Amino acid sequence: MSTMRAIGLDVIGMSKRFGALAALDNVSLKVPAGTFHALLGENGAGKSTLVKCIMGFYQPDSGQVLVDGQARAIRNPREAAEAGIGMVYQHFTLVPSLTGAENLVLANPQGSAVIDWRKENAALDAFLARMPFRVPLDRPVAQLSAGEKQKLEILKQLYLDQRFIILDEPTSVLTPAEADEVLGLMRDMTRRGEVTVLMISHKFREVTAFADDLTVLRKGALVGSGRVIETSHETMAAMMIGDTPIRERADRVPRENAPVVLDLAGLFADADDGRPAIEAINLKVHAGEIVGIAGVSGNGQSALVEVLSGQRPMRLGQMFIHGEDFMPNRHDMARFKVFGLPEEPLKNATVPTMSVAENIAFRTFDRPPIARLGWWLSQAPLRAQAEALIARYRVKTAGPQAPIATLSGGNVQRAILARELSGEVDVLVVANPCFGLDFASVAEIRAQIMDQRNRGAAILLVSEDLDEILGLSDRVAVMSGGRITYVEAIEKTDRATIGSHMAGGGH
Amino acid sequence: MMAADPVSLPTAPTTAISRTRMLVWLGYAEALAIPLLALLVSALLFSVFLLALGKSPVQFFQLVWLGGFGTAFSWSNTLLRAAPLMLTALAVAIPARLGMTMIGAEGALVLGGFSAAAIALPMIGVVNPWAMNAAMMLAAITIGGLWTGLAGSLRRYRGVNETISTLLLSYIAIAIMNFFVEGALRDPADPNKPSTRNIGAEAMIGKIPGIDVHWGLAFAIGACILLYILMLRTTFGFACAVAGGNPRAALAQGLPVGRLVVIASMIAGACAGLAGFFEVAAVHGKANASLAAGYGFTGILVAFLARHHPLAIIPVAILFGGIAAAGGIIQRRMGLPDASVLLLQGLCFVVLLASETLYGRLRLFNPALRTERT
Repeated sequence: MSTMRAIGLDVIGMSKRFGALAALDNVSLKVPAGTFHALLGENGAGKSTLVKCIMGFYQPDSGQVLVDGQARAIRNPREAAEAGIGMVYQHFTLVPSLTGAENLVLANPQGSAVIDWRKENAALDAFLARMPFRVPLDRPVAQLSAGEKQKLEILKQLYLDQRFIILDEPTSVLTPAEADEVLGLMRDMTRRGEVTVLMISHKFREVTAFADDLTVLRKGALVGSGRVIETSHETMAAMMIGDTPIRERADRVPRENAPVVLDLAGLFADADDGRPAIEAINLKVHAGEIVGIAGVSGNGQSALVEVLSGQRPMRLGQMFIHGEDFMPNRHDMARFKVFGLPEEPLKNATVPTMSVAENIAFRTFDRPPIARLGWWLSQAPLRAQAEALIARYRVKTAGPQAPIATLSGGNVQRAILARELSGEVDVLVVANPCFGLDFASVAEIRAQIMDQRNRGAAILLVSEDLDEILGLSDRVAVMSGGRITYVEAIEKTDRATIGSHMAGGGH
Repeated sequence: MMAADPVSLPTAPTTAISRTRMLVWLGYAEALAIPLLALLVSALLFSVFLLALGKSPVQFFQLVWLGGFGTAFSWSNTLLRAAPLMLTALAVAIPARLGMTMIGAEGALVLGGFSAAAIALPMIGVVNPWAMNAAMMLAAITIGGLWTGLAGSLRRYRGVNETISTLLLSYIAIAIMNFFVEGALRDPADPNKPSTRNIGAEAMIGKIPGIDVHWGLAFAIGACILLYILMLRTTFGFACAVAGGNPRAALAQGLPVGRLVVIASMIAGACAGLAGFFEVAAVHGKANASLAAGYGFTGILVAFLARHHPLAIIPVAILFGGIAAAGGIIQRRMGLPDASVLLLQGLCFVVLLASETLYGRLRLFNPALRTERT
């Protein structure tokens, strides 16, 4: 530890209010130099607000930041950078058309108007020689894998000589192996005293494997902190969710010799830029079965969901339900009872400006009793349906006429569940249903999906959360490069095997 | 199924219904107040312009009142202009409900009017005026609908931006009319202005009994009411609202978004074409360059000010019909050029577009802003 370059950071009594909402309430945090600190909490717990206050995006109402024990006012992100604090965002901030080297040089705030590439390249080579990461710097960023991009983002912060690095859910776009590699390298750097890391995460496994200390926030307040080795996953979960009751999931009802319901035969579809997005997808889903589709984000899973839900035209192939031809139009969806739960429901499943009642009526507005004579939209049954479903699914809303955008994320999701799952369901297409939801909502949705399975629906579950797939699926399929590269019953596979197929490897 | 669910949530308070009703009314009030505020601000800005010219704003607005709404004569002048404005505003508002900004009503009006005049040519003096008018109206609606429907199809099948295509198609439409009017279909008996042959006095559409305005006004108001019912009270309108509000969600519900886009643009073109029919059959009696009088462009302003609500279009079109009707008296009494009224319209539009950002931000109409974070 003779060459301790890392810096320590203390947050003391930080509070931040947005109107009546206390986003941060007197939160203190101590991250000694050269440690790896995990910041845990549910969505809306205040993690982002806290790091945005540290980074100078927000000005806290009270409280201060100490850098290496010295109070330091950080009024904007540039001052944070001058203090040696850098942040790697959840979403990439690299310029895709430029090479890695160009991105690094571009990021330098002291860059001159004319770039002397010979000098810059020499400096980059010298810098890379000291780094444990290997990223090809001569290729456009668009050609790099997600893991390489993530490493490049971290390299960028190190190149800028930031010695306190905030990672915001850094592994959400990585395969398990890539995640372990990146976090392992970061931990090694903290051990050598080169950097200090503050990682926002909700993956307990990563926290246990890599972090030294942890801090847990709930509803803007500090609920606990301590050494990671002394904290079990149960304790972490209990601290994160408090006393919120969590719905128990129904047991998996075993099922044998169930008939095939959904049959995808040789599906091909193109991405928006004309390149193939999915190729030769063959998959059968049986009644009462959940088939989980795992894969690193961007390997064709979303295109597959889009084809199934009619949002993307199919170039080639056929879809069958109960052995009959299925086209994703309104007629066939109603006939075959095909429903869907998309990710980020407010964005993908609602018209935010329309009322809760209208959004709940999307499936039924053109059928009696809401539609009279086939074309007249009668308001009374529309409202009656909404009131019944709002009560049954306990959607918290100011009323059926309130715009659905005024609801919280969990309640939007509940309204969508009411719309999609309140009738008979034969086929259900689910995509990342739990993005951005709190524990109680996640448990609710997973329980509902399991209910539908036990009632005999054929369910396709696309998720970037491997734990979700392992917890819910009867069979797992892995997508890589637009193809299904691996299908196996859940009891015959494990995380490592799935992970290696996600990485495009296989055995 | 949900009864066994152990998650308990606080139930909505019983005052929720009245609170929702209040929120809905506040929404209406906001939709009324912000355009009015925009009009007021543009009037103030225009006053500054007048003062800079050394003219009296008070006199100007008095003359707008006098020329647009002060007398029975000015009212009929106003309504005469309001009728095509209502139809061209509908041509903007209906696609807007599907999330499209189509600004080509001028072209569909011109081409619709020209088609009416052209189909009438072999019938003049031969066919019964009623049948002739019916054929002319049908031709105007069909050609107008197909013309704007072309922009809708380009958008549906080729992803062409509908704002650009409708604008450019407008110029093509005007050029097509000019090509025929100055060439093959020019009336040789009229040496002054290139026009098609006059359809004849007996074939002209008459006045609504009791007021000095042709039947086009009744048709325009009828179209507003009809399209209000279609867009806000039918399953078709609901599907359009979903497709316009969130096309991806609409597709996931199996709605035929592409088909709705084409149908809405055809309805838009048909409205503008109908306006063109009345301009020919009730005003000019023939097709010539006067058809491109700018109704299509003022209609954009009317539609935006009415927030694309078919019924709100009626009063807004009358207001702008009045301002246009007052153009003449302002020119004579104040020595201001004709274009000054256009300047006022332009100012209104810019201020109106800027005012769009105010929706959902004024605490008076959005009580939630007082308690929650934005």
